[in-house]
Amino acid sequence: MVDASELLRRVEAFLADHDPGTTDRLDFLHARFDAGLAWVAYPEGLGGLGAPRSLQRVVDEAFARAGAPTNRPESIGIGLGMAAPTILRFGTPEQQRRWLRPLWTGEEVWCQLFSEPGAGSDLAGLGTRAVPEDRDGERVWIVTGQKVWTSMAHRARWAILLTRTDPDLPKHQGITYFVCEMTDPGVQVRPLRQITGEAEFNEVFLDGAQIPDVHRLGDVGDGWRVAQGTLMNERVAIGGSVAIDREQGPIGVLTRLWRDRAELRRPGLHGELMTSWVQAEAVRLTSDLFRQQLATGHPGPEGASIKLAFAKLNQEVSSLVLEVLGEEGLSYGDYEMRRPERVDLFGPSPGYNYLRARGNSIEGGTSEILLNIIAERVLGLPQEPRVDKDVPWKDLAK
Amino acid sequence: MSEQLGPVNLLYSDVETDLRDAVRRMLADRSPWPAVLERMETDKPYDDAVWRGLVELGATGLAVPEEFGGAGATFREVAVAMEELGRSVAPTPYLGSAVLATAAVLALPQSTGGVLEALAEGTVMALAVPLGTAPGADPPLTVSAERGSLTGTVRNVADAGSAQTLLVPVVEADGAALYRVDAAAGELTSAPTMDLTRRLATLSLDAAAGERLVGGDEAMAAVRGALTVGAAMLASEQLGLAERCLEMTVEHLKSRHQFGRPIGSFQALKHRVAQVWVSVAQARAVARNAADRLAALGPAADEAVIAAAVAQAHCSGVAVRAAEECVQLHGGIGFTWEHPAHLYLKRARSDALAFGTADRHRSLLAQLVDLPIG
Repeated sequence: MVDASELLRRVEAFLADHDPGTTDRLDFLHARFDAGLAWVAYPEGLGGLGAPRSLQRVVDEAFARAGAPTNRPESIGIGLGMAAPTILRFGTPEQQRRWLRPLWTGEEVWCQLFSEPGAGSDLAGLGTRAVPEDRDGERVWIVTGQKVWTSMAHRARWAILLTRTDPDLPKHQGITYFVCEMTDPGVQVRPLRQITGEAEFNEVFLDGAQIPDVHRLGDVGDGWRVAQGTLMNERVAIGGSVAIDREQGPIGVLTRLWRDRAELRRPGLHGELMTSWVQAEAVRLTSDLFRQQLATGHPGPEGASIKLAFAKLNQEVSSLVLEVLGEEGLSYGDYEMRRPERVDLFGPSPGYNYLRARGNSIEGGTSEILLNIIAERVLGLPQEPRVDKDVPWKDLAK
Repeated sequence: MSEQLGPVNLLYSDVETDLRDAVRRMLADRSPWPAVLERMETDKPYDDAVWRGLVELGATGLAVPEEFGGAGATFREVAVAMEELGRSVAPTPYLGSAVLATAAVLALPQSTGGVLEALAEGTVMALAVPLGTAPGADPPLTVSAERGSLTGTVRNVADAGSAQTLLVPVVEADGAALYRVDAAAGELTSAPTMDLTRRLATLSLDAAAGERLVGGDEAMAAVRGALTVGAAMLASEQLGLAERCLEMTVEHLKSRHQFGRPIGSFQALKHRVAQVWVSVAQARAVARNAADRLAALGPAADEAVIAAAVAQAHCSGVAVRAAEECVQLHGGIGFTWEHPAHLYLKRARSDALAFGTADRHRSLLAQLVDLPIG
């Protein structure tokens, strides 16, 4: 297997042939993909070398040191983190060859069409219908329904899409997973304005959108299993993030305010300040512990607690900042409707931070669902009786 | 402030895992909870066989260097033993002797007349400082020494009842000092304590003979260091205790049926134990951090003091909550004497006071990280 020194040797050789200073950005990225130095854990021919996943950092750092252009991973997270691993695991060789290269280079942006107005925590209850039709001897699927909370839908070329193909089966069984072309005339994207005034997300209306059968991922009716793979990758991606320093993030906003603005300090808030400070340390060290476990290849269940704990901490700290500010906290930047490209969770203004943090315990799995997952999968407690388990989807109360 | 904190190792090593297994097996064998329950109302709650078991495993001399007959390990390993002792609520003088007295002696210049050797061999010692004293401030010195003769009283000395040797901080004509006193030379009286598995005694000395180990700043530095070590190690006891409470609670929620189903299938109860699990996961991270910083930097380093204060500020509440939830979610049986839940509740509630309450640790942190109250 390829090791770190071999990877570094290949990066060096690659850089000798492709000067980052003079090579066109896209040419450089195409060549990097073709050299297997994109995502090194992927197979040869698909941007990788079959190397251990842990060595990705070695390669990324070597390219960064050389001042090489990147694929701007921060703006194509859904493609890299969710679509790509699913295509790799469930896609046909033709699908992998067609989609993975422009996905990695960022030429084609991806989004995710999973959640629906009627299917949030209970994602498997989704109702977007896909019905097969024969068009000139080729099978196509006609898709009708509505999706929601889709970030980047207004920029995306492709979407990973969950549909209901058999409403007569119980909810988990009649689902099929597709790749949907966002330029199809049956796909309409509308911004979804949120509590902060801006629109990070979209609603996506599917009205007779056509998907060729060759764009199906996995078997008909096997979509729930394919989606589990996608969601697992989302969790690994979140849990594997880098170490953070003390007082990094929202707690740093609070402590800077306290240190810099002596006139705002009140004894009644000091206890809360220190309680939050300790909690921030506990959360920081827990994610550090999880990161250390990941590095040894033995991730513990601690990962499940991290998103939950960060959400609670962000909410408490951003609220406390407003308390410390007092009267100043009455103002708000502005509620102008914008389409932010990147979400800065600790950023622009105290009022914004407070409002945005309310979403942390809803997005990517509500805190209530995460507690269920911990109780059932980590602690092994029995499920609630499931009234919808053996009932055809079409007969469920909606 | 955003500083790089250096490499912290929060994981358990293989050696630590082996130590854990050995201590857990010994405690399961010699100190199952019915035995704890039976002994703790007698006048000899501490079972010598349990202490011998710890000595045989080398667990009492973990932090003592090999040249003095110890295991040459660090407070990382001591913390693992503390986790197991917390899990079992075993009454032992481990906190008083292997943690507090050992930490005080380790801080002394090494010509201390065989004290470390005695600790490594399993001699039980106690540090005559009232339990309840928080690190960060010097404890009041209530014993005075004159020409090797000690007089005064120290209340709430942990584990003094089973100690053969007492380490007594005193005030002398020209400052503080630390003395070694034969336990037989003092008078110990014990009053009832909420936690019957960790005994406290009031030590009275009336012209008792003592041997001066060290004087001046070194003596107080040793006491301060011992309190920081005690606070950090107690966090691991709290972790082990909380973890065991959670396990007992989960077992009960799986087996107890009401309304025709296991009560653990009710979401209202699931969420409560899941919250406990989240806080226990965090307790592990902060307790391991405190042990690791102590082992890497020593008890006088700012980062070790901060880590110990964070660990106490966090773990005290976690252990109390885990034990309270254990009682509540067991329902009626959890309120009885015959169920072990109360052993854990009493230990957890007392632990949260043992090295200063969480608010004291938050105040200490406020000073250390420059977040003043006004």
